[in-house]
Amino acid sequence: MLVQLTSAGLYCAAGDFHVDPWRPVPRAVITHAHADHARSGMGVYYATHDGLPLLRQRLGRQAQLRGVSYDQPFRLRGARVSLHPAGHVLGSAQVRIEVNDEVWVVSGDYKRDPDSSCAPFQVVPCDTFITEATFALPIYRWPPMHEVARDMLHWWRRNADAGKASVLFCYSLGKAQRVLAELSALTSEPAYLHGAMVPLVDLYRRAGVSMLPTRAVSEAPRGTDFSRSLILAPPASAGSPWMRRFRHPATGFASGWMRIRGNRRRRGYDRGFVVSDHADWPSLLRTIRETGAQRVLATHGRTDVLVRYLREELGLAAAPLATPYGVEDGA
Amino acid sequence: MQAFADLYRALDETNATREKVAAMEAYFRQAPPEDAAWAVHFLVGRRLKRLVPTAELRQWVLDATGMPAWLLEETYATVGDLAETLALLLDSELPPPSVAGHPLHHWVERRLLVLRELPAAERQRRVTQWWAELPTDGRFVLNKMLTGAFRVGVSRQLVVRALSGVSGLERATIAHRLMGRWQPDAAFFRGLLDPAAQGEDASRPYPFFLASPLDAVPEERLGAATDWLAEWKWDGIRGQLLRRAGDCYLWSRGEDLMEGRFPELEQAAQRLPDGVVLDGEILAWGGDRPLPFRQLQRRIGRQNPSVRLLREAPVIFQAYDLLELDGTDIRSRPLEQRREALGRLLRGTDDVLRLSPMLTAGSWKELARRRDAARALGTEGLMLKRLGSPYRVGRPRGDWWKWKLDPLTIDAVMLYAQPGHGRRSNLYTDYTFGVWNGELLVPVAKAYSGLDNAEIQELDRWIRANTVERFGPVRSVRAAQVFELAFEGIGESPRHKSGLALRFPRINRWRRDLAVGEADTLEQVRALLP
Ligand SMILES: [Zn+2]
Ligand SMILES: [Zn+2]
Repeated sequence: MLVQLTSAGLYCAAGDFHVDPWRPVPRAVITHAHADHARSGMGVYYATHDGLPLLRQRLGRQAQLRGVSYDQPFRLRGARVSLHPAGHVLGSAQVRIEVNDEVWVVSGDYKRDPDSSCAPFQVVPCDTFITEATFALPIYRWPPMHEVARDMLHWWRRNADAGKASVLFCYSLGKAQRVLAELSALTSEPAYLHGAMVPLVDLYRRAGVSMLPTRAVSEAPRGTDFSRSLILAPPASAGSPWMRRFRHPATGFASGWMRIRGNRRRRGYDRGFVVSDHADWPSLLRTIRETGAQRVLATHGRTDVLVRYLREELGLAAAPLATPYGVEDGA
Repeated sequence: MQAFADLYRALDETNATREKVAAMEAYFRQAPPEDAAWAVHFLVGRRLKRLVPTAELRQWVLDATGMPAWLLEETYATVGDLAETLALLLDSELPPPSVAGHPLHHWVERRLLVLRELPAAERQRRVTQWWAELPTDGRFVLNKMLTGAFRVGVSRQLVVRALSGVSGLERATIAHRLMGRWQPDAAFFRGLLDPAAQGEDASRPYPFFLASPLDAVPEERLGAATDWLAEWKWDGIRGQLLRRAGDCYLWSRGEDLMEGRFPELEQAAQRLPDGVVLDGEILAWGGDRPLPFRQLQRRIGRQNPSVRLLREAPVIFQAYDLLELDGTDIRSRPLEQRREALGRLLRGTDDVLRLSPMLTAGSWKELARRRDAARALGTEGLMLKRLGSPYRVGRPRGDWWKWKLDPLTIDAVMLYAQPGHGRRSNLYTDYTFGVWNGELLVPVAKAYSGLDNAEIQELDRWIRANTVERFGPVRSVRAAQVFELAFEGIGESPRHKSGLALRFPRINRWRRDLAVGEADTLEQVRALLP
């Protein structure tokens, strides 16, 4: 096995490095800056140039980061390693590992849907593909993002007409910026941001991603009337005292989980927008097919369903990999 | 159909009562009466009975998508709602929907209601075709109608409010007109909103007045005990017995006309004068007390019960209010006047129609003592009704209270879990609990309510991490978690593995402080039998 599961993470013995480890190790190749993939305490981090600023923001000043370009192979001991766009968030990568003509690809998190805030997914042929399976059920199919953005705008305008602030909950890294980028094609009205999102949005802007103009809620003068505004906030702020300033807002949540009514109703959001930075069911199957992999290992989510489907319906060698990914991730 | 699907969506997308009512009002203002009538039908929770077996629907989805059956079941276990699961699975496997739509009444009357008479292959052809015609939300609403599980998330009172808002009629008038038998057609809907009095239907019951649970000590909330009438809280089926125009009708609170199921009651009602309506409780009765609820259950679904069943589980009607006398609605008269008239009316009738006895007491203390004896008498506690109060509609708080006994409790071990439905559809929220019988745990109760959201989430994670075996959606879990269960009563039951049936079991609290060995034994639970 070119890559195996150890107590610290996915380990490549030939190259003596880990991919997205969850315990301290000397060398870590990082797919992207989400908390479940990029943890502190590693000796040296290898990540794409695009992703470095986000990683720096997450890991702090003292972390040793090495930037790598997409598609540029580099050597780690006996392994030839290269990073390829995963289309998940800014700088996200799949890790290609080649040892003695055998090729493995660790996908990290990925999606196939267009996203103007990051480089598009690239198919990387391989023998073994380690795929995520967050949304591995056939009900998960994403509507086109530009349609969802139109619905968001419509929702915002309708709330504004009713004198209600529109608070859209979405994850701070990736989702928020994608939503802002997509909305900027439809309007130029500024949106407000929860404080936790401000530095991340700034980093995206510096990377040249064009988005709606934004202002921090914390910088709005006392007594600001938010009743016609769109406010982006992380899901954790729902129900917190921070929300009081918006009086009786309409609330929405942008997530792949919103495909199921029960998820939205249980959390008490008025409106769910189906937007995900992960692969939906058709994309998972399409990607697995396109890589040409003979063996598929699944992490992250509904691995049970994906593995059984690949084995029984497609006749592929498939097995689950028990990783702690996906726990605090922006689905 | 699209207008109704939009209404469904609007209702689903807000938790604000005012907005829900506004959405319904907007719909009723623009919908043609023949569509609005069906919308009312669905909104108040009536359903189209058994159009298509759900097994057939599942199979058709498998045929249409080519997916394996296990995958559909896994998906259903995650979504928790069959209509929604099927609607989502069919998404984008089909060509884009055509825009032209039929109105709601056309869908129901011309398309859905005739399905039953069609051969299975033709049913499949049509339904599969409709799925292709509709966008996802319309397909979802269609599936809801097909599966009959149509819960829209609005209460009947809200529908009444909206109809009252549209028509300007009193809510009570609308509520009354929605009772009993009606055919959802244009004439019905026009009549519903008609300011002029309409031809009354002899079978129409009155809306029930429902009591609220009393969660405080009565002294603190209710003033003097002498202002109240107390009676036993019977645990049977709430019913309304109508005697009008030479006929009698027995309605349950769930608005089922219970024709032919309780012949002894219908017979006894023949001896009542014309133009009366009684409110009371149907109970299976033996000697001087109710039989266990399971005896009444044997009677509920049974048309024309056998002589043997009539002998083994005889029923009575314990009357506690009189709503109509001599053909006049007397609901606004004070409670004591209605009771007195009821007493006069039932004097001389046989034992099958009885007056629910009043408990008089000078003080709350004395009433509390009477209440302590409730369980021994086979009742659930006391009902408290304010003297002078009218018979109201629905569950307004203030005049009727149920003052129940504290529940019985046991400590039991979690054995199985399965996903809930609706809002809790991808959490494990339905649990089975067991108690010790020697070295083994035997199941004694299923329960789902009683935990707060954080506990549910935590338990859900624990269940997923501690699954021993999976049987479809059900998981057996490691015996490790103890819960205190509360319930209202307990009886012998040969149908259950433990030999016991608990009434209304629910979780009181999570006993993290108890080890599994400290849970109760079957013997200890049996000791609670009356
Ligand atoms: Zn991620
Ligand atoms: Zn992840």
